[in-house]
Amino acid sequence: MTARLRVPDTARPGDIVEVRLLIQHDMETGFRRDMQGRAVPMNVITEVRARYGESEVFRAELGSGVSANPYLAFPVRALKTGEIRIEWVDSAGVRGGVSAVLNVA
Amino acid sequence: MAGVEGAGVRRRSVLRAMAVIPALANIRNATAQNFLPPQDLRPFIDKLTGGAVVKTGKVTMDMPAIAENGNSIPFILRVASPMTAADHVKSVHVFAPRNPRPLVAAFHFGPHAPRAEVSTRVRLAGTQKVIAIAAMADGSFWSGETPIVVTAAACLDEALG
Repeated sequence: MTARLRVPDTARPGDIVEVRLLIQHDMETGFRRDMQGRAVPMNVITEVRARYGESEVFRAELGSGVSANPYLAFPVRALKTGEIRIEWVDSAGVRGGVSAVLNVA
Repeated sequence: MAGVEGAGVRRRSVLRAMAVIPALANIRNATAQNFLPPQDLRPFIDKLTGGAVVKTGKVTMDMPAIAENGNSIPFILRVASPMTAADHVKSVHVFAPRNPRPLVAAFHFGPHAPRAEVSTRVRLAGTQKVIAIAAMADGSFWSGETPIVVTAAACLDEALG
């Protein structure tokens, strides 16, 4: 699973910055059939967690109502230079993660 | 002669009209299969709120008014809140009553979030009112709803068990 995480290159302390995340995942609903007519089992990213430094800043529980290759964007208040770390898990138990450094000066 | 011929034409048109009826019935069946009726959200909402009163307001959703395709609809959710330690949004649950699984997503915020705001893209199975319910730190619940017209629903040709 690949993902793209975008944060601004730099921010001033107290700034509100937008964190944008795009994860490559089919988000199979379980309502589809493959070419052989077999039901494709449901497999979606069930949870996404975002940490900034030591604290969790955002968490999302997703279902089959979220589009394939889920996109999430949320605001974070820049405090000090630190890592923004995103982790997720899907219905099959496969975990993924991506991180970026937010420079605050 | 003229009278008999006239009767023939009328009979033909009646037969033609009757032939259309089963065709119409088929169309209605097909529509029913692709577009599920809205589900009653009360059990979902009660589970969330524990029966507490849900007030209207504070929650807004930005979506296009009309979506040609229900597979990927830009969706922005905002909740009006000062986001302080005493007064902030804890979570927001988003429901699409006509989706086979009405709970689309749940977003968790906290006092550290500068704004209770998130953008994503959703799948919607047909024209409906999307409902979001926010749980606040003081224990109150607020809801907002946004109608959307979806001309082609997200893939759900059949509801598999």
